[in-house]
Amino acid sequence: MGVPHTLITGHSTADDRTEQVVGTVLRLGVLIAAAVTLVGGVLYLMQSGATRPDYHTFRGQLSRLRSLADVARGVAVGNAEAIVQAGVVLLIATPIARVALTLVAFAIRKDRLYALISALVLALLAYGLLGG
Amino acid sequence: MPVTDITILLFLGALAAGLLGALTGLGGGAIIVPLLTILFHVDIRYAVGTSLVSVIATSSGAAAAYVKEGYSNIRVGMLLEIATTIGAITGAFIAGLVSPTAVAVIFGVVLLHTAWTSTRPRVDHVAGGPSDPIALRLRLDSTFPTANGPQHYQVQRVPLGFGLMYIAGVLSGLLGIGSGVVKVLAMDRAMHLPFKVSTTTSNFMIGVTAAASAGIYLHRGYIVPGLAFPVMLGVLAGALAGARMLPHVHTQKLRVVFSVLVGALAVELLLNAFTGKI
Repeated sequence: MGVPHTLITGHSTADDRTEQVVGTVLRLGVLIAAAVTLVGGVLYLMQSGATRPDYHTFRGQLSRLRSLADVARGVAVGNAEAIVQAGVVLLIATPIARVALTLVAFAIRKDRLYALISALVLALLAYGLLGG
Repeated sequence: MPVTDITILLFLGALAAGLLGALTGLGGGAIIVPLLTILFHVDIRYAVGTSLVSVIATSSGAAAAYVKEGYSNIRVGMLLEIATTIGAITGAFIAGLVSPTAVAVIFGVVLLHTAWTSTRPRVDHVAGGPSDPIALRLRLDSTFPTANGPQHYQVQRVPLGFGLMYIAGVLSGLLGIGSGVVKVLAMDRAMHLPFKVSTTTSNFMIGVTAAASAGIYLHRGYIVPGLAFPVMLGVLAGALAGARMLPHVHTQKLRVVFSVLVGALAVELLLNAFTGKI
């Protein structure tokens, strides 16, 4: 149904349904990420509100929260900064989830070309988050 | 300055940046980095990492609002995301090779360009010429809703658009900004997408592009919780408030305000870089 139409215009009701699901995922992702960050941030203020951090000097390599495993370990022991960082990771994961969902939608519609394109984008994103 | 004071001030600054970004449609990312480096004397690497986080927050929030309206073109977006994500990864690696001063200088130049283009009115470049054969093969042509029913459009010059998108990705990964200006340039001018389609599709893509380099920045320790927390929540609150105020605000005047502000920040950033403060 509607196949010729889709071929010509690239837009269909299936596209619209995909967009709705994608919109919901984006909203939920941002909301959850913001909530986690807020919880971690308030804890951080309660524990370290009076300390004076130095952001003028870069010490990136000394940070304890540079990998997903570090962040997970920190969250497990209730470390406030790790919880904020988990919120950041959830935020980064939101657009990645969007690409994954779009990939599934293209695969269901047997649109091989765009499923392949989505898979390539997803692989690049995974490289950034996991490898890098 | 104690953590509590920094947090409150950063939240308010990010709130203003998010608000102005949403109202002008230009995003707040361009303001966060100069705000952090000039006003708070934050190392530019931390500033870029923090800004990238705020870019994902606004893009995903705004994209969620836009996708429902049927303007964005998922195929064009997904195809061009190959270019922007490869670009973003390239940009993140360049950031690790060049000096912070060089990053500040490039940032200043990009800001000046943003200030210049944001005052000029945008013109719809839909030409109605024949589609690029690549666009036909990739089924990129689509329709968008208008008052008179769905309007068909033809996509042009796909390779040029793809190349410009790679550059947009590099800038995004190097500077921690959304590169909305370059993305719209690629889709408006090169590919002749209608105004609303290019704006919404670009917004859609910004989050994905930023996510590609944000992971790399996380591993390098560019993203610190003490800065990410107030900036992410501030920008998000500002962007949401801005979206609600949008129908009641005279955006043309605001774009002038935005332009002057961005221009001033650019000059200040370049001065700081040339006097060796960054």
